[in-house]
Amino acid sequence: MSAKKKDEIIYDHNNDGIDRRGFLKCMAWAGTGAFCVIQGGVLKSYALSRMPETNPKDTMGELSFVQISDSHMGFNKAANPDVAATLKVAVDKINALPTAPEFMLHTGDISHLSKPEEFDTVDQILKGAKPKNVFYVPGEHDVLNDDGKQFLERYGKGSKGAGWYSFEKRGVHFIGLVNVMNLKAGGLGTLGPEQLEWLEDDVKHLKSSTPIVVFAHIPLWSVYPEWGWGTEDSAQALAYLKKFGSVTVLNGHIHQTLQKVEGTVTFHTAASTAFPQPQPGKADSPGPMKVPAEQLRSVLGITDVNYVQGQHALAVVDSTLA
Amino acid sequence: MVLAGALLTIAFVMSVEGRKGLTLSAQDKAATTEVKIDNFSFGPAALTVAVGSTVTWTNRDDIPHTVVSTDDPKKFKSKVLDTDEKFSYTFTKAGTYPYFCSIHPKMTGKVIVQ
Repeated sequence: MSAKKKDEIIYDHNNDGIDRRGFLKCMAWAGTGAFCVIQGGVLKSYALSRMPETNPKDTMGELSFVQISDSHMGFNKAANPDVAATLKVAVDKINALPTAPEFMLHTGDISHLSKPEEFDTVDQILKGAKPKNVFYVPGEHDVLNDDGKQFLERYGKGSKGAGWYSFEKRGVHFIGLVNVMNLKAGGLGTLGPEQLEWLEDDVKHLKSSTPIVVFAHIPLWSVYPEWGWGTEDSAQALAYLKKFGSVTVLNGHIHQTLQKVEGTVTFHTAASTAFPQPQPGKADSPGPMKVPAEQLRSVLGITDVNYVQGQHALAVVDSTLA
Repeated sequence: MVLAGALLTIAFVMSVEGRKGLTLSAQDKAATTEVKIDNFSFGPAALTVAVGSTVTWTNRDDIPHTVVSTDDPKKFKSKVLDTDEKFSYTFTKAGTYPYFCSIHPKMTGKVIVQ
């Protein structure tokens, strides 16, 4: 790790907590792919194309899991007429990973229109994945018409409120948050006071050395508020996580990969398995982006996350479905 | 765009005014008015109609939207509208009726009933 490779970018985040240069360089748009790891406050970023030269120890560890997002089952427009097929490709990708993931996180928009048959189809396809355990949080498309009742019945067993919960895996504390309920006109995603109170209480007893993984549908940082890509009260949630040395925030919703590092917090959004959306502000609206059929799989993807004990941060690797 | 919108509004107000001269009652001759949902926005975002008018929203996006009153209690609330689906509501009282898409809350609009 000491020899600096050509493509390797190292930034020191010890000073102000926000390194704009590091943020910009570590932004990875769908289809390009990047690998980021932080050790002792130093961010290391590799282009995915250089991954074969990377020490495999960095992408293997005590815990490996996969994030998938925005499968939008039921969507059938030009941007992707067969979202079931691309979800199956995602499952094939997961099954082909060199390190078998222990479980999966689905960061919402499982369905397109909250129809029972859409959820059924996703459940059926995900049964083909090697990891059998899937942890869900809802996207706004999963709670249409019934305030999330169906979602809770299907996926919310043991959860609190609108479906938030936490669990431990090999020393890592996972927190699933819901920020798609009770949205206010003109506003962004919302966690709400009840959930924030629960979060404060949930992490109070944890040692500051406990690695934290937070997952929620809408980004918990301000990606592009003009398009609603952010969460009103995420700053409060992050304030409760300040004491921790390693916080990884995994989101979906924006259908493209994007990373940002702020102090000890790494933010990451995953690609969709269904269709891409434009870069912030680069189109009239955040609607589905049509790409030539042969390019579609290169703008969809999965996210592989690895935790190595003793390292400060989790290694997050995006791969496309191409 | 802004100028065209303003002209349209003027033209529309004029037509509403014009109609007033020969109206029976609002109930007898309710106007039907359209709001198009395109590119994650309501068009027109502010619509002025006569009392008794039925406003119909049509979703022309590839993504579902809703039309939900922001008043408390809510005056109207559509089911989720998939592509090309419509929602109609008849405004029987004068007033301003703000609304939004509950899935994409940045999308807001209002109906002004005179």
